[in-house]
Amino acid sequence: MTVLLETRGLSKNFGGLKAVSDVNFRIERGEVRAVIGPNGAGKTTFVSLISGRIAPSAGTILFEGADVTALPAFRRVQRGIAYTFQITSIYANLSVAENVALAAHQPGGKASLYPLERVGLADRASQIAGTLAYGHQRLLEVAMGLALKPKLLILDEPTQGLSDAEIDNFITLVREVAKNATVLLIEHNMPLVMELAHRITVLDRGMILADGTPEDIRANAAVQAAYLGTG
Amino acid sequence: MAGRRPGHPFSSRTASLLAFFPHLLLAILEGTVAAAVLALSALGLSLVFGVMRVVNVAHGEFFMLGAMLAWWIAKMVPGGPAIGFVAALVVAPLAVGALAFITERLLLRRINYDPEATIVATIGLMFVIQQLALSMFGADAKAVSAPFTYRIALPWFGFSGYKLFVVVASILILLGVWWVLAKTKWGLVMRVTQFDRETATAFGIPVTQVYSAVFVAGAALVAVAAVLIVPIQQAHYLMGLDPLLMSFIVVIIGGLGSIKGSVIAAVIIGLSDGIISMFFSPTLASIIATLAVALVLVFRPQGLFGVPAR
Amino acid sequence: MTARIVMLHGAVILALFLLQFVASDYAVLTITRIMVLAIYALGYNILFGYAGLLSLGHAMFFATGLYAAALGVTRLGLAVPEAFVFALVCGIIVSVVIGLVALRATGVAFMIVTLMFSQAAFLAVLYFGDITRGDEGIVIKDDQRNFSLFGDAVNLADPVLRYNIALAFLALAIVLCLVVVRSKIGHVLVAIRENENRTAMLGYDVKRYKLIAFVLSGSFAAFSGAAYALLFAYAGSTLASIQYSINPLLWTLLGGAATVLGPVLGTALMFLLVDFASGFTSASLLFVGVVLILLVLFFPKGILGTIRQRWLRWLP
Repeated sequence: MTVLLETRGLSKNFGGLKAVSDVNFRIERGEVRAVIGPNGAGKTTFVSLISGRIAPSAGTILFEGADVTALPAFRRVQRGIAYTFQITSIYANLSVAENVALAAHQPGGKASLYPLERVGLADRASQIAGTLAYGHQRLLEVAMGLALKPKLLILDEPTQGLSDAEIDNFITLVREVAKNATVLLIEHNMPLVMELAHRITVLDRGMILADGTPEDIRANAAVQAAYLGTG
Repeated sequence: MAGRRPGHPFSSRTASLLAFFPHLLLAILEGTVAAAVLALSALGLSLVFGVMRVVNVAHGEFFMLGAMLAWWIAKMVPGGPAIGFVAALVVAPLAVGALAFITERLLLRRINYDPEATIVATIGLMFVIQQLALSMFGADAKAVSAPFTYRIALPWFGFSGYKLFVVVASILILLGVWWVLAKTKWGLVMRVTQFDRETATAFGIPVTQVYSAVFVAGAALVAVAAVLIVPIQQAHYLMGLDPLLMSFIVVIIGGLGSIKGSVIAAVIIGLSDGIISMFFSPTLASIIATLAVALVLVFRPQGLFGVPAR
Repeated sequence: MTARIVMLHGAVILALFLLQFVASDYAVLTITRIMVLAIYALGYNILFGYAGLLSLGHAMFFATGLYAAALGVTRLGLAVPEAFVFALVCGIIVSVVIGLVALRATGVAFMIVTLMFSQAAFLAVLYFGDITRGDEGIVIKDDQRNFSLFGDAVNLADPVLRYNIALAFLALAIVLCLVVVRSKIGHVLVAIRENENRTAMLGYDVKRYKLIAFVLSGSFAAFSGAAYALLFAYAGSTLASIQYSINPLLWTLLGGAATVLGPVLGTALMFLLVDFASGFTSASLLFVGVVLILLVLFFPKGILGTIRQRWLRWLP
């Protein structure tokens, strides 16, 4: 396996607050990596730095061996880093199909409905996206991520607000996606993380507390103290 | 220096400086008057934007109405300019405030304070008020006499005591507004509403009533500015555009929503406008101020003293 | 689907062509004016309707074309076709420069920054009164507007010829608008209007697309200004005032923002309304104000926008 993305000494300060502090992080191609941590641990800030939505205070980001630290977000997307929003961010006034077509960079044209089939929304292609149920909007968000055909798909709390049945579908979906893309998952739902992730990185107060297989993390006393609490 | 004699190169330079000084002093004095009134009118715009996050393009027409009312009241009230002036100082802000109240209720509230729709609607309002003023008051400029005519004798020229009074009055009003905002419960309520509409609602603050009050207060302030200025500058139905644009300039350079910034920017703009107008041309002064604001907006969108939007 | 779009727009252009045979002399002049200004509104709509950027300063681009053409003909000795090209080039340059600066601001700041730039341009027109002749304006003499095209002498003072030139320009502008709106650019502009953040995170260069929309609409405005100056032989500072920045906004809102024909309809309708209103009031601006307020309150999608929403979903 080769390294897809690497961060070196990545830091972000907001005023005096160190949201992300000196993070050295690597993700291999084909991996499903989960980033977990208590609220305020800097998870969303961390993936925002990777996707380019905010600029780091220090450190470098390497993607496929190239330094992308100075690239604006859209250029990173073009290189294959896709980000799905924590708070659903779709085109509420456009059709489901046009949402996916925009993601596939074929707006107005006949884009493939394959991403919609993958998430099970193909029969709703002509519906206006804003009229979808919340769970379906989350799935559309993922479908847009898929339509970008990313090398690295960042999912920021994708299951927030989904029902148990929807979460089961989601697990299957991520497994499928992982066959030809690398997935970086921020998630609170621990059983889901334990089931899906190949490796887990634990963030606490902006720093990496632990990094390892789900079994390692489960056994790690420091993690239990900081995050899992009772275990 | 004791040894300097007439004809020495030093003294001729000093002489030309001395000749130049009265011009500069006059420009600074006039600039200060302009700055004072500007700070008042900009304050209203800034207050409204700061709390409600909308831009009122009809702000300049509220100014014009204030001036027109001052003229009309001065004409109707017997007993001399001083009584008319005091009456206008009371009635004009009330009347303009009432119009603002209706505007807020019937217009802004119905479009849910959408920033874009508010701009378009208040552009419409601007034309309506302007044209109504034209048909009611006519197209000629209207002079109002100052409440008193005392002139301060300076060694080089006399300066209107009323103009100095305008400066003092403006400073007092600015201090008053600052006191309300910083020290009273009213100010706290406004600041919470400004911070976040939802938080304010959660704290039990009646946000729509605060909006209403702020919009009325902004209009009343600019009406006061107009009553103060009208003895210096004549009232005319098209007089609103200039204070609107100048208020934009001040408010943006100072930082939308920052009162301290607005006052400082008003002083800078007022003074430089006065000086450039006197030594070059008023049009050039406006061009420079306008370009300055555009550039500030572009390179420091939050203004010189504003905080970035959250 | 595409066939009926072609037919609809073809029919509108054909109707305008046929109108000249039944319209009075006065109506021909008015419709010529409407058609020239509709080009301005069409361009404005690309920026406001499709990209969702509300500019309050497009008069500066209109005036750029207006004065470039008028000065080109009267001072630089350009022939009319050269003056059009010159005005268009000036319009493109000015809108690229202003766009690069103004687009750094967003939301309300963008609206005010465009207003400010335009006001500076208006004041500059007055300040350089020696060249622009300020309020009084530049009057282009007839012999400066006559030129020969493919060997034929063209006299722009001829009202019927003028009508057909304006119509040809309008038809070209409509077709160009249709092409832009239905292209990838048009769809991405709508995406930016609907959700700018999302669009950037789908890998689109949002700044570049916004600049394209800005320059397109600025160029339309400049071309319209040039046509106005050359067809009506006049360039004056009123045409650079704030009023002329508000006009295309009003026309677009009335006809329906983000519909191709909306601005054309809006321009025509507003002219009719003002004409009608001038029968009993001299204050045509009062009318403009009332219409703006009513549109915002009760009719935000405009005429064609509402028609599209209710009945004709395919309307571009």
